[in-house]
Amino acid sequence: MVDDPHKTRRQFLAIDDVSKTFDIGTDEVQALSHVNLTIDKGEFVCLIGASGCGKSTLLRIIAGFERPTSGEVSLYENAITAPGSDRGMVFQDYALFPWMTVRENIGFGPRQKKLAKKYVDEITAEYLNMVGLTKFADRFPHQLSGGMKQRVAIARVLANECELLLMDEPFGALDALTRESLQQELLDIWARTKVTVIFVTHSVEEAVLLSDRVVVMTAGPGRIEADVPITLARPREVSAIDFNQVRRDITQRLTSHVRAGAPRELKAVA
Amino acid sequence: MSTIPSELPVPARARSAARAPWLNERVQSILLGVAFPLVLVVLWHQLVVVSGTKLVPTPYQVGVMMWDFTFGGIHNDAFSGTIITHLLASMQRVYGGFFLAVAIGIPLGLMIGKVKVIRQMLDPTLSLLRPIPVTAWLPLSMIFFGLGPRSAIFLVFLGAFYPILLNTIFGVRSVDTKLFEAASMLGCDGSKLFRQVVLPAAMPSIFNGLRLAHGFAWILIVVGEMTGVPTGLGSVIMDGRTLSRTDLVITGMIVIGVAGFLTDRIIVAINNWVLRWSPQHHG
Ligand SMILES: Nc1ncnc2c1ncn2[C@@H]1O[C@H](COP(=O)(O)OP(=O)(O)O)[C@@H](O)[C@H]1O
Ligand SMILES: [Mg+2]
Repeated sequence: MVDDPHKTRRQFLAIDDVSKTFDIGTDEVQALSHVNLTIDKGEFVCLIGASGCGKSTLLRIIAGFERPTSGEVSLYENAITAPGSDRGMVFQDYALFPWMTVRENIGFGPRQKKLAKKYVDEITAEYLNMVGLTKFADRFPHQLSGGMKQRVAIARVLANECELLLMDEPFGALDALTRESLQQELLDIWARTKVTVIFVTHSVEEAVLLSDRVVVMTAGPGRIEADVPITLARPREVSAIDFNQVRRDITQRLTSHVRAGAPRELKAVA
Repeated sequence: MSTIPSELPVPARARSAARAPWLNERVQSILLGVAFPLVLVVLWHQLVVVSGTKLVPTPYQVGVMMWDFTFGGIHNDAFSGTIITHLLASMQRVYGGFFLAVAIGIPLGLMIGKVKVIRQMLDPTLSLLRPIPVTAWLPLSMIFFGLGPRSAIFLVFLGAFYPILLNTIFGVRSVDTKLFEAASMLGCDGSKLFRQVVLPAAMPSIFNGLRLAHGFAWILIVVGEMTGVPTGLGSVIMDGRTLSRTDLVITGMIVIGVAGFLTDRIIVAINNWVLRWSPQHHG
């Protein structure tokens, strides 16, 4: 691929030596230890790793929901200290406002900006259409399937003009068919909007299918084990031979540390 | 993105499925619901007749009293045809106290639930005052507000206040924190959060409190109107007791029961409309 074309430009997202320790009573849990990562604008990055290795914590720090114990995350060289509209989180359990219709949920961000109603309606209609939910605009979340709810959640942050889409196992609770169609839709949206995506998953296949880069994390304490660029041409085919080679390679990196990490995990439990 | 989701849930109730069984169900529920009180009334009548008591009227006598209380023309005494006067007087006090409790309880509950300093400041006091029965306030309330409707309003307020306050606090405390996170990343924070997220999210719990409080308000009106007010259903019952007119007492009880029931249905209807986004909270 191209030699780093961003060198002269301002860095998009920089995670600089981030550690995070949670106090639980008298005890402490180190969720992240000296994590360094930079992400370019427009990249699709997957974070993958065993449960408990700090993926959600890292995402929540980027979102501004948590502060790092040490180190810093910055966007365009501005330190992130609080949630902001430039970053949008898509939660696994949707976190839609249940008292708002699909339309109102998607329009929530634009409404906060005190835009004229006409613009809010335009933006809402555009993103309703983008996720194929125009016909369901006046339904409440409880009247939607899981896949439809997740579409609303994606449209809600995009309508807010977020530049960085943070997705924490967004399709983990969906059935296989719905997941596949949402993966495809997400790729279409990504290609169309050029939004930067950080996507947490524990499916190697999903990571290889979607991303430009797979960042492998390991537990005890959470850190980055490997950072693997995926150069397969898009659209990707999960049954292709080269796809499976990449998938095997990443699975190996995951399992090798699981074996090496086993004693650490035992220690953490004890 | 023309792929319209293949997984469309259709939330229509399976009502059309079979008309006859559903109708039968409905008819049965009405029949049973009516039959039981009818049996009770017959039993009441028989017990009065068999025991020969003069202290308890028969259902028929109560019916006559009810007619006279509503339309007059039978006993032609101080109570004939006065139902509207008393009912309106009581409703004024019930809803005076109730809406006062709403106006103070909901905002206070939102703030106690969401703002730590306010919680730390008010929680001990409110927790200490809460176990005191409303009726224990009666003497003080008569000193503060005199022998009149304001005393009744105050007692109703006290009784309605805690269910509203506590349910509002509970509602706020149990809002999924993810909703606050979602709101803040979408640019909604600070005081905007109260109206746009905290209040609607706590609404199911708040309505729980409103319904409880509304029930208490109707219960307390009798106590409130014992303080010597000349009108109101509570005062009718107290007069009935003084005059040993049990038919009047029971008539007053029935009017309170029916008024309480009908207004509860109104609250439930409002609840179902406001919470149309959450069918599991429908009454
Ligand atoms: N709010 C919290 N309080 C205490 N410990 C936490 C908290 N959040 C996460 N942790 C701990 O930090 C570690 C990483 O958690 P998490 O980021 O959720 O991992 P992952 O998303 O990779 O499964 C786990 O050991 C978890 O128990
Ligand atoms: Mg997680």
